[in-house]
Formats: sequence, structure tokens, C-alpha cells
Amino acid sequence: MLAFIARRLLQSVIVMLVVAFIAFLVFRYVGDPLANLLSQDATMADYEQARERLGLNQPFYIQFFNFVINALQGQFGVSYRLQQPVSQLILERLPATIELAVASSIIALVFGVMLGIYTALRQRAFSTGVIMTLSLIGVSLPTFLIGIGLIYVFAVELKWLPSFGRGDVVQIGWWRTGLLTQSGLRSLILPAITLSLFQLTLIMRLVRAEMLEVMRTDYIRFAKARGLSKRAINFGHALKNTMVPVITITGLQLGSVIAFAIITETVFQWPGVGSLFVNSVAAVDVPVMAAYLVFVALVFVIINLVVDILYFIVDPRLRDGARSGR
Amino acid sequence: MTDLPHSPEQPVPAAKASRWKTFIRSDIVWSYRRSPVTITASIVALLLVFMAIFAPWIAPYNPFNPATLNLMDGFTPPNSNSMGGRYFVLGTDSQGRDVLSTIMHGSRVSLFVGAMATLFAMVMGVGLGLVAGYVGGIWDAVIMRVCDVQLSFPAILIALLIFGVARGIIPPNQQEGAAIWVLIIAIGLANWAQFARTVRGATMVERQKDYVAAARILGVNPFIILLRHVLPNVVGPVLVIGTIGLALAIIEEATLSYLGVGVPPTQPSLGTLIRIGQQFLFSGEWWILLFPAITLVLLALSVNLLGDWLRDALNPKLR
Repeated sequence: MLAFIARRLLQSVIVMLVVAFIAFLVFRYVGDPLANLLSQDATMADYEQARERLGLNQPFYIQFFNFVINALQGQFGVSYRLQQPVSQLILERLPATIELAVASSIIALVFGVMLGIYTALRQRAFSTGVIMTLSLIGVSLPTFLIGIGLIYVFAVELKWLPSFGRGDVVQIGWWRTGLLTQSGLRSLILPAITLSLFQLTLIMRLVRAEMLEVMRTDYIRFAKARGLSKRAINFGHALKNTMVPVITITGLQLGSVIAFAIITETVFQWPGVGSLFVNSVAAVDVPVMAAYLVFVALVFVIINLVVDILYFIVDPRLRDGARSGR
Repeated sequence: MTDLPHSPEQPVPAAKASRWKTFIRSDIVWSYRRSPVTITASIVALLLVFMAIFAPWIAPYNPFNPATLNLMDGFTPPNSNSMGGRYFVLGTDSQGRDVLSTIMHGSRVSLFVGAMATLFAMVMGVGLGLVAGYVGGIWDAVIMRVCDVQLSFPAILIALLIFGVARGIIPPNQQEGAAIWVLIIAIGLANWAQFARTVRGATMVERQKDYVAAARILGVNPFIILLRHVLPNVVGPVLVIGTIGLALAIIEEATLSYLGVGVPPTQPSLGTLIRIGQQFLFSGEWWILLFPAITLVLLALSVNLLGDWLRDALNPKLR
């Protein structure tokens, strides 16, 4: 058990080091860091001094080592575009992205599971056909068009919901939340739906496939023979056994959701990390790009690690496999 | 060993006319004619491709020639005459550019970037996949590890990063000309892993077969074995992934351009047009947004449906 966790931890550290190395290369060699820090009429002496001060004249591996040490302390330098520390920028905007990602995951989970059960139980119904077709079209539509469509219907035509921004926010410690005000909640609805649709169809199809599989097994036939109520069979016995893969996929998708939030945040001008990243790419703001790369990789690595360890705890077969040396 | 047995499925070389007949009677044509959705999709796709390729000659106006633009024509609604007295089927945008013509030129850019990026991804992915599957060992391990890492990140994120890095490396005065190629490489690099993984799997199966062993014993150059003998046998799935990949690449290009980091504004693609059109959503000029959006959806959807059909037609086991 310990050996397994240690091995996975080591792998994660290696992945993070590789990502940090790429981020360092980007940070160090894309554009000239000095040209962005010094003014137009800086002399050669100024350059030398700055190079000395920033440690840019040290050997390559020492620079990389310093980069990793700084990254571990959450320091990625100063944004060229906004002239603020990168870590501060990301921390300021992180709550917006996390609230959006969590809200959309909840929407996707609730509606995805409900629709999945419905379409599995009413396999031949007309409404099932409609839902399945809609889900196919939904997957092939680009995310930003879905967002624009929602804006057009609910903000322009019906005027029910705001089309951009986060609404009023409340500051709790360093966490700035939009969940406590009415306008904040109303602003969250459209972006969260847009972001959830892709995941929703994925979960729906997964639940449907798993349900159809489980409904064919002997223990369900047995439950029917025992005369249990439909409700007890469908929800008490069948659904329970479909939930493990669903939760895994939702967990693993959380990282993709944070990345997909880039598009949604741009459509709705949501002040999160994703829109910060897009603006940084457009302005070649290298420190922010490097920091975002490390940040997203960290999210992915942590999620994968947690899921792997949870699997290991839940599934005894994996443990036996590990013991026999695979 | 000199007399290798002929496999019974091998079609006997025949005259041209009967080869055409064989094609008409083949499973693939049969499944095509049986599927009205596929027929519609292919007609739509062909029309859009035709429209894109011949845009400079068949578009009613040249939207990028400032001499023919007239601000008096601006914001003309669809199917009406402008204040300048000219007729526009799909209306005009804020600068008096004909929406139909910008769409034709825009799909040209979108299709070009999508097709080139897919081609790039295909060549790179198939090449690395063949090497990984055939050579094995450390090459296989390294290539597949990179594939795994890349596949766990969304393609759009990778394309954005590559694009940002390239923007930092290329000097500013060359950026506008290079933007399309940077975009192609970024999208291509973000999509090669699918090809590599599939081709590697198929190659590992082929490598075990007798014909490869025979070629090896005859002392054929490994490159020739891979390209002439193994590649034709793994090309089916590559076609399927390529078609679906084309739809993905078109959507990725549109997304990047929509985010404002894609093609330069002087060469708007469908994504750029949608980005521009969104500015007029609230003031009621819906046609500037709607028609490019419909074109993009039709393009992506029809190519996607063709890819789905191809997958089912080439692999009857899936049905």
C-alpha cells in the first residue's frame, strides 16, 4: 500500500518537474525578460545590473533550480501586462473559476444522472430518441456558440439573466464569492450551464450505458422475481452499482472543466483564471502563461493521484495485483 | 518460402470497367446509399467546400478591397437594398462588407487551416505511431508516454500554449504573415496523439504477421516495410480519425479565432466573424452573427457525420 502510494507520488513529482522545465524554458527564452522590465532608454550597464540582480547570468541548471524553488513558494515573477505579482493575480481570480467549475459540475452530475436513468429505463420512448439526438448535436456544437446562443435567448430576447460579469461579490477573507448575492447567483446560471453541457452529455451516456448493463444482470432479475417494487430495483439496486464509474469520470473531468472554462469565461467575460490566461496569450505575457501551465498541471496531477489512491482503497483486486508484482 | 499462398480475399486485378462495378457493388457504397443522413451530410460538405475553394471567383463582392467598400452600405439587413443602392442577400456588417462574401472567404480560411492542421497531425501521428509500434522498446515507451500526457489535457489548452509561445518567439513584424502557419502547427501538435495511439496498436498487430516476417527475411529496408507493407494495412482507422479530426480542427480553429488569438483580423475565419458578430448582438444586427455561426455548425456537423459513417462502414464489427 505504502509502496504503491510512494511510487505514484514519485511519478507525480516527475511529471510536475517536466512541466516545470517546459514552463521554465517558456519563461526564460520566449521574448526577452529584460526588455519587458527595463524602460526603453536603459543603458547597457542597466542591463548588466538587472541581469546580475535577476540571476540571469548564472548557469542554466542553477536558474532552473531557482525557478523550481520560487515556484514551490508560489512565486512566478511579475506580469508584464498588468505589473502585478502573478501569484496574486491568479489567487484573486481563482475563486471565480472554482465557483464556476463546481456549479457546472453539480448541474452536469444532477441532470446527467437523471437523464441517463430516464433514457435507460424508457429505452424505446420517443422522448429518449429526442434526448439522445439533442445530446449528439450538443457535443458537436462548439462551446462558445452554445454560450452565445444562451446569451441571445435569455439575455437579449427574454432579458431574464445578465449576459456578462459576476454580478455583486462578497469578500470572505481572500475568497471573493458571488454565491451570496442575488445578482451573483443570477450571473452564474448561464456560464455554469454552458460549461456543464459537455460533461452533462458525457455523464448521461455513461449512466445510460451502465444502467442498461446492470439491468441485464442476474441479481436484478432476481430482485424482480422477489417482487420488489420498481423503485427499489431501479434506484436501490441498479443505480447504486452504476455510481462508481460516474464519480470517477466526474472527478477526472474536473481538470478538463477548469481548462474548458477558458472558453466559457471569455464568452461571458467571467473574471476567472481562464480569461486571464487567454488575455495573457494574446499579449504574450510570459510569466502568467508559465504560471498557468504549472497550475493546470498541478490540478491534473492532484486529481489523478487522488483518484488512483481512492481506487486502490476501494478495489481489493488492485492491491493483490500490486503484491504479486504485476 | 518462394511460393507464398495467395489470400482468397485479394481482389484479382481486372479491367477498369469491372473495377468500377466492384466499387459500386462494395459494402461501403451500399452502406452509403442506405443512409440518407450521410448523403445529406456529404452534399452539404461538398457544397461548403466548393463555396470555400472558389470564393474569390464566385463571391458577389470582394469584402477585403477597401476601394469597393462603402460605409453607406453598413448594417444593411438581409435580403434588401442598402442606402448605397446595392443588393445584399445576407446583409452587411458595420463596415458595409457583404456578409455572404465574408462567409465564403472565412470558410476558405477555416477549411484551409483545419485541413492543413489535420494533415500535419496525421503525418506526425502516423509516423511516430509506426515507429513506436514497429521498433518498440524505449522509443515506444517515450512516444506513448508523451501521448498519454497530451491526451489527458484538452487540445484547445495545448494549442493555446503553443500559439502563445510561438507568438513570443516570432518577431512582431513577421507575426501577421506567420499567424496562419503558427495556428496550423499549434492545432496539429495538439491533435497528433490520437493518430499515434491508433496506428501504434494496429502496427503491433501487423508486425506479428507472416508477410512482415517474410519481408524482413528477404532483407527489405525497415522503412520500405513500414511504408509499403504495414502502412496500407493500418490506413482504415487513420481515415476515420482524420475525418473526425478535421471536424475537431475546424472547431478548434474557430474557438481560437473567437478567443482573439487565431488568424489575423485581415484574414477573418468563421470564428473571427462570429467574434465580430457578437458585438452587434445587443443592438439587433443579428445577421452578422447568425449566418457565420450557421455555416460553422453545418461545416463541423457534416464532416463529423461523414466521419461517423466512415467508422461504421469500415468496421462492421461496431454495428
